[in-house]
Parts: sequence; structure tokens; C-alpha cells
Amino acid sequence: MKNNKLRVTAAVLIVGVLSLALVGCGSGSTGGANSEVKLQGAGATFPNPLYQKWFSEYNKITPSAKFDYQSIGSGGGIKQITAKTVDFGGSDAPMKDDELKAAPGEILHIPTVLGAVVVTYNLPSVTTDLKLTPDAIAGIYLGKITKWNDTAIASSNPGVSFPDTAINVVRRSDGSGTSYVWTDYLSKVSAEWKDKIGVGAMVNWPAIGTAAKGNEGVTGQVKQTPNSLGYVELIYAEQNKLPYASVKNSSGEFVKPSLESVTAAAAGAAGQMPDDLRVSITNAAGRDAYPISSFTYFLVYKNQDDQAKGAALVNFLWWAIHDGEQMTKPLLYAPLPAEVAAKAEQKIKSITYQGKPLRTS
Amino acid sequence: MGQSLAGGGSASSLTPNQPTLQFGRAPSSLRARPRIGDPLFKWATGFFAVLIAALAVLIMVEMAINSKLPFAKFGFGFLSRSVWDPVKEQFGALPFIYGTAVSSVIALIISVPVSLGVAIFLVEKAPRKLSNPILFIVQLLAAIPSVVYGLWGIFVLAPMLRNHVYPALQSTFGFLPLFQGNQNGLGLLTAGLILSIMVLPIITAVTTDVLRAVPGTQREASLALGSTRWEATLIVLQNAKSGISGAIILGLGRAIGETMAVTMVIGNRSQISASLFDPSYSIASVIANEFTEATSEIYLQSLIELGLILFFVTFIINMLARLLVWSVTRGEGRGGHA
Amino acid sequence: MPSVGRRKLLDSTMTVLTGLCALFAVASLFFILGYIFWGGLRGLSLGFLVNSPKPIGEPNSGIANAIVGSVILIALGSAIGMPVGILGGIYLSEFGSNKFGLLLRFLIDTLTGTPSILVGVFVWTVMVHPMGYFSALSGGVALGIMMMPIVARTTEEMIRLVPQSLREAGLALGAPRWRVTLGVVLRTAASGVATGAMLAIARIAGETAPLLFTALGLNYMSTNVFQPMASLTYQIYYYAQAPYEEWHDMAWAATLVLVTMILALNIAVRLLTRNRHQQA
Repeated sequence: MKNNKLRVTAAVLIVGVLSLALVGCGSGSTGGANSEVKLQGAGATFPNPLYQKWFSEYNKITPSAKFDYQSIGSGGGIKQITAKTVDFGGSDAPMKDDELKAAPGEILHIPTVLGAVVVTYNLPSVTTDLKLTPDAIAGIYLGKITKWNDTAIASSNPGVSFPDTAINVVRRSDGSGTSYVWTDYLSKVSAEWKDKIGVGAMVNWPAIGTAAKGNEGVTGQVKQTPNSLGYVELIYAEQNKLPYASVKNSSGEFVKPSLESVTAAAAGAAGQMPDDLRVSITNAAGRDAYPISSFTYFLVYKNQDDQAKGAALVNFLWWAIHDGEQMTKPLLYAPLPAEVAAKAEQKIKSITYQGKPLRTS
Repeated sequence: MGQSLAGGGSASSLTPNQPTLQFGRAPSSLRARPRIGDPLFKWATGFFAVLIAALAVLIMVEMAINSKLPFAKFGFGFLSRSVWDPVKEQFGALPFIYGTAVSSVIALIISVPVSLGVAIFLVEKAPRKLSNPILFIVQLLAAIPSVVYGLWGIFVLAPMLRNHVYPALQSTFGFLPLFQGNQNGLGLLTAGLILSIMVLPIITAVTTDVLRAVPGTQREASLALGSTRWEATLIVLQNAKSGISGAIILGLGRAIGETMAVTMVIGNRSQISASLFDPSYSIASVIANEFTEATSEIYLQSLIELGLILFFVTFIINMLARLLVWSVTRGEGRGGHA
Repeated sequence: MPSVGRRKLLDSTMTVLTGLCALFAVASLFFILGYIFWGGLRGLSLGFLVNSPKPIGEPNSGIANAIVGSVILIALGSAIGMPVGILGGIYLSEFGSNKFGLLLRFLIDTLTGTPSILVGVFVWTVMVHPMGYFSALSGGVALGIMMMPIVARTTEEMIRLVPQSLREAGLALGAPRWRVTLGVVLRTAASGVATGAMLAIARIAGETAPLLFTALGLNYMSTNVFQPMASLTYQIYYYAQAPYEEWHDMAWAATLVLVTMILALNIAVRLLTRNRHQQA
């Protein structure tokens, strides 16, 4: 008797499972027959909160085009767009020359927004916002400054008493555009860093602290672990109510990361931008500039393989640098300066399908 | 129907003195049909069996083919190099081998005594009514997904260790380089601890099988000679030595291949350091973290070469384990995989 | 020779110690399950189960797409792994008692022991990369590859348990070998084979590593197997490493859903086979 019960149960389970498989395959083919276009993107975690908002809003107004973006890190964005396993990539790190050469087609960098990489920390005994100099930051990440009460930190924060504890330094474990911006900044302010480590989305870090995946991971670790310090995009620190430091810029001012100071950093950017729009704005000139700011980019192929997808992509990009820019401020990303937006428009208009631009106006 | 129908032909001729089975002499109505059924069946099912076996070979071959670049550049030195620098394209496997090995050894040091204790309790001390449910519960531990262990590790175990256990360890044993340095809950020791819970079920299950397979006569003989139950147990353990070694090695095999739980608590740092509190990196973890982002070909292939190393080590460990377990159980019991 | 009293004391001490080990093992499970239950209930709601993820800060986020995704991925994995596994297991039991069978069995066991991350790497190399996109299909293939060797071996073991007399009876009645195997032997072993299949399903339901490079993840509801797909395990992994409290709650609640599913399968198999084990 029990045997029969078992057999029936198992049979029902197996039949149910197999029929679901058929459903999955079946809807795969009907999905193709639909007029709905699906685009997959992946990459930078830096702008992920904003991109999720963008795609959610855009999907509402353009139901015929469904976008998805997976936050796996700029390195992942670069790798997957090169392998053409996604339709567009996201990266704060501009692609290097040899990376661009390795791609099967010309890849365009479309800047989307500006963000700040902030130094966030978890120091329960300190309630005021800290001020940090470039030397202090470089020293911490080179492993030379190991304790919170080191003079390099204490001297720029008079009146604050630091505990005699070790700094738990957190960095990225994945190929990260945020790491790129961070190492780019450190290379500019520390000759030792530039010489020993250099710039990259993934570098050979000194033997310091722990590593976590994504901006999400670093924020999570700093939040969970007392005496930690890490670098993350501004919105991650804000949304998780973590404090972040003011950093001394090239003019000698301690500037707090904010929309205004990031925008100030990009002020001179349009003038210096090369044709392919790959530019670094770390350690920018200007009294109010926050020194660790960066553009973030969408990576798309200039020549699209699929007309429907290409058109959907181009229309989204156009929407993003116009309407999408309205949504950036609440999430603490700075919108593109007008001159940069104009250049981005040119780039979007140059995206073609079979030689013909997909968007003319 | 206790009789076996021997001989061919009609069912009415019962010839119990003919033990051999002769088939192929079907009734005349079937004899005229071409006999493709049987060979076709054999080939069809054989195809699938070979397919599964071939996949094991294919996986190894694919990984070997895709490890050419780092092998050409570093040769076998890859195993002893400890730098992992994607910018300068210098790669080496040593930090990951170290992390994988040490976390697994820690796991065994903790779980083997406990697993043995559980198995001995289940086989020697507890009545069947109690031992079966307990064994089942222990096996449920194996059913919990790795990512859930990781989640629990990050939010429950690591804070607990960081706030209570590690400081105590450091103040007592801090003179050893093993327990020096900054501790923040995520690192080699935490990974080892999580792994110990994860391998406990498999070592317990296989050891239980192995102990049960030891003939009762061994136990009884010892007791007859006046030993206590524990001393009789020691005799049983002696008999089951190789099987228990096999169980331990199987647990090792499971530990070195674990990905998700380890990735979430090991700290992800590709440097070798003496302290167990320090973050580390295992082969499976570095592949999980960096595979989708390895932008240069040699970077990707170095990761694949790491995978190949893991494959070989797992292969050898599992083979060794099965041999040891088989020698005691001789095919009875579950065959050594959970 | 230590005194009898000493030896007896050692004996009782060991009984207590081993009992404590068993208690520790059992307690660990309840500790972990208890935490999952307590942490997960907080985030569990009807909305959680039927909504798809929303951007951070917006209410009514859920994991409906991950639940559906996991079910589809498991279904795909089973559709691939079960037939291949069962048929392969039949071969091993009926025709595999020779050197060749030994080799096959050895290789199949190797596949069982292969770390799941390497299966993911393999499927990325042979499916995702050439195809040019991540897909639930490749995720299903990865899960299927993991299922095959497990199902094959349990099928083989269950079929071997069928008494030879049944086979002989069928053959003596004039049925061809394949008819006997499928119609008589497999039928008899069906419940055991099904048990093995269900356990294999429970095993792959908890896998994350093979999906990292194959099915990736997806933030909206989809049943299309030719594009990436969300899964409970991937979402748990992703949310666990994020800083947002809401995502942590979602990770725990998703864990509750997943673990309930898996444990239910394991317990069901156990209950349904209890009778059979007692008879055997």
C-alpha cells in the first residue's frame, strides 16, 4: 500500500517537474514571437541603485522594451560586453586600449552620471565627521598606517580622540570600476602607490584588510565590522547611514563629497575630454572640487547586430541622458554637465545598424 | 511462487532440476521478428551511461585545453608562485592552495572527533529507535544549501566569533603566530569552522556505515573476554580503521570543493599569512569571484588552470577515499557519497 | 592493567562524550534552522512571495521571480538529468558487471565528486560563450549535469535490489531482455528510483555556484529560458552581501522558502520509504 503512495507521489512530482520544463521552453519560443524586446546589461555596482531606478521607470513607460541590469562589477561589465554575452555593459573604469582592441567591434563609452567614491568608516567612539589627507589615505591602503590613532589621521582632526585599535581596511575583491577610480586617485597623490601598485580595476593589493564583492559587499563589511574603513560610492554610504570623510583636494581644501562638489570636479572635464569620452576627473582642480569623483559609462557597440534591440537601446540611452538625469539627484548622483551631455548625444546618434544611424534626432 | 521457471519453451514444463536459464527460445510467434530489441536496448542505455562518464572526461579536457596560456608562461612553477596580479599578468596558485588546504584541515580537525563521537554513539550506544532519527537529522545538515551556510556565517557565526570567541583565543594563545593580528570575524578560521559543520554529516554517515559493517562477532568476542563496552568499541574501530580514514578523506574532498559558504566568510584576500584570523582565499572562491570579470585571456585561463588543479586534487582524494571505504564495507552501505 | 573501576569509568565517560557529540550535531541543525525560521519570518509576507524585486527604497519588493526561476531551473535540470541518469543507471545494473562497467562507474563517481563551480565553468565554456548569452537553459544544463551521476548510481543500486527471480520469471515467459528490464524490473524498482530522483532534485535545488556563470540573475518575472533567470539561491547570495537591511531580511525570508522546500522533499522521501526499509 505504502509503495503505491510513494509511486504516485513521485510520479506526480516528476510529471509536474517535467511539464514545467516544457512550459519554460515553450514560453521561450512564444517570447520570441512577441513584439517585446529584451535587453540584458551587466557591470558596475557604482551606479546600480540609479540604474535599477532607471530601468524600473523606463519599463513602465516603454513596456515593449524590457531591460535588466545585473550588478556584477565593472570588470564583469567589460568582460561580458567584449564576449557579447550582454547587450550593454556598465563600467566606471574606461576600457583600456588593449581591451578595446580585443573586442570584436568598436565599443562606445556613453557617460551617464557622475558619482563620488567616499571614504566610509565604522568608528563607534567617534561622532564627528573625519577629515583625511591624501597621504593618510595612501598610507592606510599601502599598509603603512595601521592604527586609528596614527598622527597622520589625528593631525587633521584636532580634538578628536581616536582609539588605539587597528584599522580594518576593506577593498574590492572583484574587478571594479570603483577600484579603478580609487587607484587612479591614489596614483595621482602618491608616487609610491603609482610605482608599486598602479591603476586598475583589479590590482595586486598590498597585504591589508579584507575584500568584498561589489559596492554592496564593501558597504556591508564596513557596516558589520567595527574599526573598519573602506571606499564606496556615495549613495551606498548614505543609504546605510554610514559616515564618510572629507578629503583634502589639490587646492588644499577639505571637501565633503556631495552633489555640488562632484559637479565642481567635472566642471573642467568637457574641455579635456578626448573624442572617445574616456576621461579621469580625480584630483581635479578647483576649490570646491571633491577629489575622488568619476563619470560612469555605458559600454555599447557602435554597430548593432539586431535592429529591434539596437533601436530600443538607443532610445533608452537618449531617455537616460535627458529624462533620466532628473532622477539622479535624490539618489545623490550628479547629472551630466550640459557640454558632456551634448557629446554623449553625438555618440548616441552615431550608433548604427548596418551602416545607418538608429537615431537621427 | 518460489519456483524459478528454468528452461525455455512452454511454461507448462516445470523442470526444477535445471538451474541454468536459457533464453532466446521464444514461442514461434515471436521467433520470426528481427531481434533488434535487445541490442538496441543495450546500445541505447549504454549511450547514456557513456555520456555521463564522458562528461567527467570532457570537463577535465576542456579545462586542460583552456589552461594553455598560463601553463606556457609559468609551467609547473604556477603551483609555487604566490603572486596574483592581473594588471601585470603575473599569476600563481599558491595562496589559493594554501587557503583551500588550511581551511579544510581546520574543518577536519574539528569535525572528525565530533563525527566519530556521533557515529560511535549511533552504532554502539544508542538503540535503533533513537539512532535512526538522529542519523536522519544529521543528514539534514547536509541538505542545507551552501549559500545558506554562508548567510548564517556572515550574520550569526562571524559576529559571534568576532565578539566573543576570537578575543578569548587571542588572549590565551596570542603568543602563537596563528592567533596574532587583527581579527574581524571573516577569515581562514571562520571558513574552517563553517566547513566543519558542513562536512560533519558526510563523515558521520560513512563512518556509521563502516562501523555497522564490522561483523558483530568482533564486538562479541571482545565482550566475551571481559572488556567494557568502550574497549569493545575500540576493537571495532581498529577493524574499521581504513574505512574511517576513507570517511575522513571523503569529508576532505567535500571541504575543498565547497564554494559559496567559503566565499562569503573567508575574506577574499590572495595573500598567505600565518595568522588564522587573517583573510584568505580558496580556489573555488577566487573562481566564483573573478571568473565573470577576467578581462584578459591569460587571466581567465589562469583561473581555469586553478580549476584544473582543484579537479585533480578532488579526483585523487575521492578515489583514495572510495578505495578505503570499499575495503571495509565491500559494497554494502551507501557507496560513499551523500 | 588499570582497575576494573577505572575501565568502567572510562566506559561511562565515553558514553557521555559521544552522546554529547550527537547532541551537538543535532543542536547545530536546530540552531541553524531556528535562526532561519526566526530571521526569515520577519521578511515573509504574501507580498514577498508574489512580487518581483523593486529598486531599493520602494516598498513591496519580493522574490516571486526567483521562486518561479528556481522551479524552472530545477525542472530543466531534472528534464535533462533524470532520463539520462535513469537510463544510464539501467545500463550499469543490467550490463555493467564487467571491466567496462567498472570504468564507467569510476568516471561517473568522479563526476559526482566534481566541485559544482567547475561544472559552471564547463557549461560557460561550451554553452554560454559560444551561444553569446546567459540563459536559464545553460543553467538547467549545469544542474542536469550535476544530477545525472547521482541519479545513475541510485538507479543502479535500486535495480540491483530487484530479486533475480523476477528477471528470470519474465525471461522464462519468453519476453525479450529489454521488455523484462523495463516492464518488470524497472517497475518493481520504480519507487526506489523515484526516491533517488527526488533526493537528487533536493540536492540541486540548493546549488548556487553552477548558476553564477550560466543563468546569472534577473530582476523581473520571466519564464523565458533563452535569457538569464533569477533563482532563490542566486538572490540569497546577492542580497546577503549587500548592505541594505531590507535586502538582508529578504535574504533570510528567501532562505526560509528554499530550505522549507528542500527539507520537505527530504522528509517526504524519508517518510515514504520508511516502510520499504523495514521490509528489506
